[in-house]
Amino acid sequence: MQAFKLTRPASLDAALAAAQGQDTKFIAGGTDLMQLLKDNVETPSHLVDIESVGPAGITVDGSGLRLEALARMSDVAAHPEVRGQWPVIAQALEASASPQVRNMGTIGGNLLQRTRCGYFRDTGFACNKRDPGSGCPAIAGENRMLAILGGSEHCIATHASDLAVALTALDAVLELRSPQGNRQVPITSFYRLPGDTPHLETVLEPGEMIAAAVVPASAAARNSHYLKLRDRASFEFALVSAAVALEVRDNTVRDVRVAAGGVGTRPWRLPEVEATLRGQTLNAEALRAASDHAADGAHPATQNAFKQVLLRRVVLRSLQTVAV
Amino acid sequence: MTVIGQGIDRIDGRQKVTGRARYAAEFTVPDEVHAVLVQSTIGAGAITGFDIDQAKGMPGVLAILAPDNAPKLSMQGGSQQTVRVPLLQDSAVYFNGQHVAVVVAETLEQANAAASQVRVRYRRDEPVTSMDAVLDQAYAPKHFRNGERPPDSQRGNPDMAFIGAAAKVDATYITPIEHHNPMEPHATIARWDGMRLTVWTATQAISGTQQTLAGLFGIDPKDVHVICPFVGGGFGCKGNTWPPATLAAMAAKVVDRPVKLVVTRAQMFTSNGYRPRTVQKLRFAADQEGTLVAMRHDGFSQMSQPALGEFAEPVGLATEMLYACPNVAVSHRLVATHASLPTYMRAPGLASGNFALESAIDELAVALNIDPLEFRLRNYADTEPHQNKPFASKALRECYRQGADAFGWSRRSAAPRSMRDGNTLIGWGMATSTYPTHRMPASVRVRVGANGAALVQVGTQDLGTGTYTVIAQIAADELGIPVERIQVEIGDSAFPHAPVSGGSMTVASVGPAVKAACEAVRAKMPANTGDFVEATVEAKPGEEEHRYAMHAFGAQFVEVRVDADLGAIRVSRFVGAFDAGRVMNAKTARSQLIGGIVYGLGMALLEETHVDGETGRIVNANIAEYLVPVNADVPDIQTILVENDELTSNPLGAKGIGELPMVGVAAAVANAVYHATGVRVRKVPIRIEDVLT
Repeated sequence: MQAFKLTRPASLDAALAAAQGQDTKFIAGGTDLMQLLKDNVETPSHLVDIESVGPAGITVDGSGLRLEALARMSDVAAHPEVRGQWPVIAQALEASASPQVRNMGTIGGNLLQRTRCGYFRDTGFACNKRDPGSGCPAIAGENRMLAILGGSEHCIATHASDLAVALTALDAVLELRSPQGNRQVPITSFYRLPGDTPHLETVLEPGEMIAAAVVPASAAARNSHYLKLRDRASFEFALVSAAVALEVRDNTVRDVRVAAGGVGTRPWRLPEVEATLRGQTLNAEALRAASDHAADGAHPATQNAFKQVLLRRVVLRSLQTVAV
Repeated sequence: MTVIGQGIDRIDGRQKVTGRARYAAEFTVPDEVHAVLVQSTIGAGAITGFDIDQAKGMPGVLAILAPDNAPKLSMQGGSQQTVRVPLLQDSAVYFNGQHVAVVVAETLEQANAAASQVRVRYRRDEPVTSMDAVLDQAYAPKHFRNGERPPDSQRGNPDMAFIGAAAKVDATYITPIEHHNPMEPHATIARWDGMRLTVWTATQAISGTQQTLAGLFGIDPKDVHVICPFVGGGFGCKGNTWPPATLAAMAAKVVDRPVKLVVTRAQMFTSNGYRPRTVQKLRFAADQEGTLVAMRHDGFSQMSQPALGEFAEPVGLATEMLYACPNVAVSHRLVATHASLPTYMRAPGLASGNFALESAIDELAVALNIDPLEFRLRNYADTEPHQNKPFASKALRECYRQGADAFGWSRRSAAPRSMRDGNTLIGWGMATSTYPTHRMPASVRVRVGANGAALVQVGTQDLGTGTYTVIAQIAADELGIPVERIQVEIGDSAFPHAPVSGGSMTVASVGPAVKAACEAVRAKMPANTGDFVEATVEAKPGEEEHRYAMHAFGAQFVEVRVDADLGAIRVSRFVGAFDAGRVMNAKTARSQLIGGIVYGLGMALLEETHVDGETGRIVNANIAEYLVPVNADVPDIQTILVENDELTSNPLGAKGIGELPMVGVAAAVANAVYHATGVRVRKVPIRIEDVLT
């Protein structure tokens, strides 16, 4: 870890003002950033602590659910209305990390956590994400856990957040805040593909923060589900996961949302699956036909071709779960 | 009523749960400073230079030790297993993650910050990162089992018997690199007082640490004082005295201040050994009646470069003695790679070897359409078949019977994929466990005061297994004093000598010495007129070692549930029945049995160290991505201790319990996964993708 300056502003505006310098990062729960600092993966010279000044509300109104950035993962997961109207969010959070981490971790921090790729997290390796231009040894290396969708020749690191997968399925909109004002970005446009700039992971500008995630209410969201497959029964990142939401009326699929985790360089929406199922009569065959598209366009690496089969089956199982 | 055997609470339990039990890094020595290791980022080659000007100038930095300025150590002396590389004695790089420098600073934070600014220049060679590609370059170990026996053995002619046999298995089994990952990392505080060295260090062997450091620094062992009252888990990686302890002492000499060096979790993956990867080729055969006629077990285990030392994973030892088969051959070979030196890890040889052995036995039973338990009973060895000696005791038949009854084994339907719960495939598997009963000499001092309180001192160590408590129980029975009036002091080289806490032999070694010292005190008591009576007595193994084969046994039964579509494997039920001889404490014994079984479940389904093929650098050197079981992975575990009051093995009849419970677990799980899915997985950990069909 390198020495850094820690600022603890008295207000959110002061925090935003303090964070406009070079080499500055916000810190809240610190469950990921502290690891990255200790391992010299992140070496900011200035940390701005927003834990006690950031917005932390969990509110529900006619337009939907508003999760402010500093809301704790555990509080969101336990919120009765979240559990009732957006079960996929509560389930994704409860499948994340451990109770201790969820008590510390915040919604904004969760969405901005860095990849678990072992090459990224060890400065003894080359990594284009950490050290642009140094190369990507993961592509020919230990890549079982890495992405089969959205990768480039420069990076195949998997996005690690379960919550982001759920929010992607539900078309959440992120509110971003900076001293220049607020703006809204759909979560599906928030994360960037690695391309030849894998170190640029989101559309956040320097000094800009996530203020909230806004999730519309819908019949599909009320009938939603998160399925996370992993080697260990708990406290592990996804090998493959799926967030699904389904609205069925008169045995016809009116609305369907499907996103996948553990397979993409960002939370991965599966529009082909949705398009195949939308408007169809709900039956086992329709679910299977739609799930068959889950791995369309996949480019597996040397160790993770099995994720294609697994992804189709995880999507199918999740759809079956909400179709009953 | 004796105290031995009772499940009394640990006498050090309150200290531990209140945080008063002090572990090596938790001591504070006045004037201490902090050392941080810098490790190589290449897998092979040599250091050609350092850029340390920036690091040297950083706040608090006192010294940077590197091969060009580190004090020279004596390369004589020490013990046979003294680890002499890497100790900054030359510029060669043998593996990725090798210690190449030590930064010493006033605070830990300062040392860490400076260590990250040390730049090393290298000449790079091509590292050999995988043993599998160079199996044809395997060589025979030079000091197999410390030279006690040759690496190969043969009785009868297994190759001939194999040819015409009715049922055969000819298969290769693979176990991965695993790391011990004790909760407590390695840590040492070293302080020099002139030519006398004191170390507070996390070790399974204070006596070995004393010997090793004395040898390396060219001083008398009496001038090395080793203190280690508590150990936060060892599992084998604290058996040797690894370089970080030596480097701490070296740094303390250089800066002339006490130095604390705590190895980070990531550095634990290249600083203190690991269970090496093994490739095991088995050729087993049986006749139509289910009698084993041939067993050949050729084991290859991964090694470092030979310059670092030697460690061979003894995978074939159980194959020699577990079944009554007339034709058996085993061999052990090493394959050099650019990795750090492997070492003992919980049930060395047996854990890896029994995965192959007990998988192959299951495969033969399946081929013959004989129940796997019945097949084992048909080949039961009533005498030790390799050395042709009687067993001191063997209650394995009882283990099979009681384990099978508790598990309900007779209700198993034989065909794979025949037991289902909706979309979940259910599999039942079993395997045999065995572990040798070891014992070494140990000395104990016992003092009983006029007030009736007793003090027991011995230079052993408690890895968290309950050594303190068991010593008190043994002394209580021998002296007729309640446990509460017995004070046990261990973990200090000033106390009488005891061996390494490894090989599951602490109770069998130290226990008889406690007993003997108590007897000596009792004998002196009638004549005593002073304030106390004291005796220091050594106890050691006798001729029983030569007359009998001494082993502990067990039978492991497991139920797995496999998602038929998604391949997720979860263990849902476990029964282990063990002949561990006489049990000293029912409660700590159960804890050890559960712990060992959980360790085995980790081996079966989760644990694996991933090495980058290009650089030889470990990719998952952390406990987020190196997976060990969490509570959610651990099912209901029933443990059964089969009664065995034999006193031939040693005066306490203790067979050792630390390693036995993990042996066979991986095979039992693999056999259950086969039964559930019809897929035979011949490597661990068994992964989702291995059973996706």
